[in-house]
Amino acid sequence: MALQLDAHPPATPAPRKTRPPRSGRLSRIDAKYSPYLYIAPFFVIFAIFGAWPLAYTFWVSLHDWDLLGTDPTFIGADNYTQLLVDSDFWHSVVNTLGIFVISTVPQLLLALWLANLLNRHLRFRTGWRMAVLVPNVTSTAAVAIVFGVLFGREFGMVNWMLDLVGLDPIGWKSDRFASWVAISAMVDWRWTGYNALIFLAAMQAIPRDLYEAAAIDGANRARQFWAVTVPLLKPTIIFCVIISTIGGLQLFTEPRLFHSGTNAIRGGPMRESQTLTMYMFENAFAPYYNFGYGSAVAWLLFALIAIVAAINVLIIRRLGAGARPKIGGRKGGPQ
Amino acid sequence: MGTFPRHRLAAVALAAVGALLVTSGCGGGDDAEDGTTTLTVDVFGQFGYEELYKQYMDANPGVKIVERGTGGNLDEYSPKLTQWLAAGKGAGDVVAIEEGLMVEYKANPDNFVNLLDHGAADLKGNFLEWKWNQGLTADGQKLIGLGTDVGGMAMCYRTDLFDKAGLPTDREEVSKLWPTWQEYIATGEKFKAANTGAAFLDAATNTFNTIVLQTAGNAQGYHYYDTSDNLVVDSNPAVKQAWDTTMAIINAGLSGKYGSWSDEWVSAFKQSKFATIACPAWMTGVIEGNAGPEANGKWDIARVPGDGGNWGGSHLAVPRQSKNQEEAIKLVKFLTSAEGHIGAFKAKGPLPSSPQALEDSAITEATNAYFSGAPVGRIFGEGAKTLKPVYMGPKNQAVRTEVENAVRTVELGQRNPEQGWQDAIANAKKAAAK
Repeated sequence: MALQLDAHPPATPAPRKTRPPRSGRLSRIDAKYSPYLYIAPFFVIFAIFGAWPLAYTFWVSLHDWDLLGTDPTFIGADNYTQLLVDSDFWHSVVNTLGIFVISTVPQLLLALWLANLLNRHLRFRTGWRMAVLVPNVTSTAAVAIVFGVLFGREFGMVNWMLDLVGLDPIGWKSDRFASWVAISAMVDWRWTGYNALIFLAAMQAIPRDLYEAAAIDGANRARQFWAVTVPLLKPTIIFCVIISTIGGLQLFTEPRLFHSGTNAIRGGPMRESQTLTMYMFENAFAPYYNFGYGSAVAWLLFALIAIVAAINVLIIRRLGAGARPKIGGRKGGPQ
Repeated sequence: MGTFPRHRLAAVALAAVGALLVTSGCGGGDDAEDGTTTLTVDVFGQFGYEELYKQYMDANPGVKIVERGTGGNLDEYSPKLTQWLAAGKGAGDVVAIEEGLMVEYKANPDNFVNLLDHGAADLKGNFLEWKWNQGLTADGQKLIGLGTDVGGMAMCYRTDLFDKAGLPTDREEVSKLWPTWQEYIATGEKFKAANTGAAFLDAATNTFNTIVLQTAGNAQGYHYYDTSDNLVVDSNPAVKQAWDTTMAIINAGLSGKYGSWSDEWVSAFKQSKFATIACPAWMTGVIEGNAGPEANGKWDIARVPGDGGNWGGSHLAVPRQSKNQEEAIKLVKFLTSAEGHIGAFKAKGPLPSSPQALEDSAITEATNAYFSGAPVGRIFGEGAKTLKPVYMGPKNQAVRTEVENAVRTVELGQRNPEQGWQDAIANAKKAAAK
């Protein structure tokens, strides 16, 4: 019986050389401050590439700022009030949320299922595990272009196959819902394996004896999965949901490259699949060059991500609470 | 491992970081040591400068020229250029500016070197007057760019598809088929009835653009904005007339609906999926690039329906952020000289904006083998000297985008012509207000 296959005895710490006693200010300063120095690079980089652009974007969003212009004028919250009544903005919000929902939900469920399969004793286990990550390693641009061709109106393979079975071709790029589906397919293809590996890692940390106990109690595989695996994966699921929320709501490359030709940034002639980030780009850069307005879109996107992430976490917490198994308290492995 | 003193490790780390900062800080120091200057030229589409660069580099051994962006489309190029200019970094030493965007760049002339300060005034006679004026700021004090090409118009067509449809293939006879757009539509209907498996034209947006520039050029000389920069999309009869003509083309089912510049459009070229495309002179290079060598000799060029007109054409400018301004200005002057215009024309077909070049036998007698030996110089050159340009207002590109999009929605059957027209007006107003 393979118990705790993946658990290793704790690594014995390397025998510590007794340090020669060093007195003097230098070593005290070293001990006191060098940890700060070691963690500093992250915070310095975050300040430069994270906090500063955030603050600057906010500052820009309060201005009427032509990208090429030299004299932006301060207009307070005008950009925001305009944006809240901008139908194209809300259209892009709906698109973003729509694509997010139809890509993230099946993606995470599929990932969970895949992870569960990979967690069994398979031949060539490492090979399978690596294989699910392959889509994630390919370049987004290449994926988007290939999918863009697959879903082409006239020369696309998907419509060709529909034609073979006698169905009418679908305007994958000019029908709103169809374009959401096509883009979601792209996102799922790329990210399912990635999430599956994260779930797999978390599954392996679940002690085997929980399953044995469940099996003795008469739970079959499916029951074990829902009663043991899923509840114990809750923190990981929350993590994946938040990461997917951030990624999903910032979706840009896939829908942008899905459309080619003039004005691809609109995501179709009637903005069928224009996401928020595309709308931001359209305003801040070509063809409007309205930097202030674009920045306001960026800040509202930030707010939206925060809201959606919070809602998601709340939902997941609720779901998990009801299904918590009694044996869940015995976390911690064999005694 | 544990024996390495900790403070020494910290010192090493610090030194490494320091070294990194120093080296990256000096990263900008280019090849000045060996005495050569590298000039970066940013373009889109096909400018046809390769041979000219070689000539220039031979004559100026200290200069190395690198071109970026060939074959790319304007929609991708212009945001990049704008970002470079806004950031004050990244733009080439010489940049191409398309006429539709010139208005916006001209509004902020300090991003560019004023070529009048560098003796460009003497060159005025080398350019068609309106082309020269396009590069000039409203007050006439600053010259942003020197003209490259103009977009004299014609109609390119596939002789093999015309033959298949039982239509004449000779360019003179084909030109006689369509003195007006109505007759172009009538020809299209005949073509369609012959069921060749190809559409009559590529995309209604391309045709619309051609027609609107024609009708506007021949009427008041402006389309979306009047010359006082008021938005007149809804009140300018030239725009509505062009719209209605385009709707007739769509209604007749003549368009292949291949969104211009999209991947499908390129595939449609390769797979001979449409028979005609409105082609400004610069488009001939694009057609050759997209349709590839397999279609060599299958294309030909006839007159455009209607009365000539201008679509497109660019300027070359030197951004103020360039570190090699003097050298860049020299290169711009060379590329926009009569000799430069002729060289570019021979390579990729953009029509000169220099009257001297237009009269040169190298242009007037030029033929294009790819287009069945069509006398491109004569076809395009004829109208170029007399054509009336269309005035472009401050948000021209954004407004044009909205109107073209409305055309596209009708073409794809998402909107009927009346709804499309309402969309065009509403969205154009919104875009102009942004």
